[in-house]
Amino acid sequence: MKTFFSFLFPLVLLTTVAGAQDPSALMKQIRDRMEKISDYEAGARFKTEISFLKVPDALVKIYYKKPDKIKIKNENGISLVPKETGSISLYSLVNSPYQALDAGTGTIQGVPVRIIKLLPSDENGELVLATLYIDTRRMLVLKAKTTTRESGTDEVELFYGKFLQTGLPDKIIFSFNTQDFKLPKGVTFDYDDGSEKKKPAETGKNQRGKIEITFLDYSINKGISDSVFK
Amino acid sequence: MWQLLQIELLKIFRKPRTYISFGAIALMVIIIQVALKFDGRSYIEFIVGSLKDSLEIPYAHILNGYFVCFIILNLLLIHIPLLIALVAGDSIAGEANMGTLRLLASKPVSRTGLMLAKFMATVIYTALLLAWLAFIALLLSVLIFGTNDILIARNDSLEIIRSNDVLWRYLAAFAFATLALTTVAALAFLLSVFAENSIGPIVSTISIVIVFTILSEMQIPLYDRTVKPFLFTSHMLAWKGLFYCQVDAGGTAIPGTIENIHAIAKSSGILILYIISFVSAAIFVFNRKDILS
Repeated sequence: MKTFFSFLFPLVLLTTVAGAQDPSALMKQIRDRMEKISDYEAGARFKTEISFLKVPDALVKIYYKKPDKIKIKNENGISLVPKETGSISLYSLVNSPYQALDAGTGTIQGVPVRIIKLLPSDENGELVLATLYIDTRRMLVLKAKTTTRESGTDEVELFYGKFLQTGLPDKIIFSFNTQDFKLPKGVTFDYDDGSEKKKPAETGKNQRGKIEITFLDYSINKGISDSVFK
Repeated sequence: MWQLLQIELLKIFRKPRTYISFGAIALMVIIIQVALKFDGRSYIEFIVGSLKDSLEIPYAHILNGYFVCFIILNLLLIHIPLLIALVAGDSIAGEANMGTLRLLASKPVSRTGLMLAKFMATVIYTALLLAWLAFIALLLSVLIFGTNDILIARNDSLEIIRSNDVLWRYLAAFAFATLALTTVAALAFLLSVFAENSIGPIVSTISIVIVFTILSEMQIPLYDRTVKPFLFTSHMLAWKGLFYCQVDAGGTAIPGTIENIHAIAKSSGILILYIISFVSAAIFVFNRKDILS
């Protein structure tokens, strides 16, 4: 029996170190990696998927500055951008005071991930709960779910590829809550072409909106004026 | 025929009332442009409603010349029929009222030729009025507000069309509006044959357009399939269809497309049928009319 335990103990220890790293230590490594990016300016293709919005894809500029400034600008046209885009950068999320809890493992984009739940220390703050899906092999956040008091649950999924070296994603899919859209017919005087209309959603009911940002290039740590974010 | 047309055009453009329409359009357009220049943001806030809580609305970009022109057309194309009726309703009845109709009919020209010349003159007036509207609503708005993508508000959706995809839609929309307003002109022209003074056909045309417009806009299922498809006022709005884009499976608008071009073609066909019917009926009645005045 003694021999059995003397064999089991090192095995358990080895498993714990390799697979179940302390959530706080894991978050520190993620934070340290993000620390290296102070700001960036990126060119991107912007795709909007909101049920009541018919918009062609657009080329946009995305500006980010630590800790939480982010601005999406369409300099050549109109793009309707969600107000709560802070979770796209994730830095302010991992840099705020919280308690990190291990919530098991999972698979995102075919990659095994550790699931970490962040409970904010400030009980009265805007953030209620955040869940991160972390690729521990590459130390990358592949997905984040944030629940806030005002906006409900937002979700961001990050895809990495050619900008992997910098730790910045190639593509982001951000889904969020939005209101339904309705205007009186007497205002719009729509043309009724006689075709069957899609069944309208209940007015006032929350809808899910989605934006897809495909990054084309990054210019990192070159310094960005605060006036860009106004 | 050309000589007859020239005479009829001269008659139209020698009357001061003809220029009331051009003046009224200029005044209405400028009033809207001034209002939007100083308080366009409020209008956009009304359009986007509660979306401004979840989306960032680029007000300065949205308020551009293309957007302003669309608002102007949306507001004015309902009222311009009244200005068209002013001239078209006067074309025969005005002559009857002045006592020149019998003299005109006694000239060595066929009554059909005379009617066609009068109607052609009315169509040219309508086209010139639309050209004036295009000039003042589109060109002036672009000069004042600049250009950008256009935001189109529909009953249950918002559309954005890229600026390089807008101008051809406006050209097509003005061409369609000319067809739509020619239908109103043809109606007033027909009613003008029955009257001895121009007030009757002008008021009748306006009344018909108002009643039909109300029926077109009412959302009562009973009328949706029975009455509305046959009202010319329902089809007059088809110019807006030129600003509705097709979308792909992901809901993304496809530049350079029209959502339902067949419906617009059908509406055009129906309006042309109305014009032919009204003008033919007017010629038929006029050819059998015992002109006493």
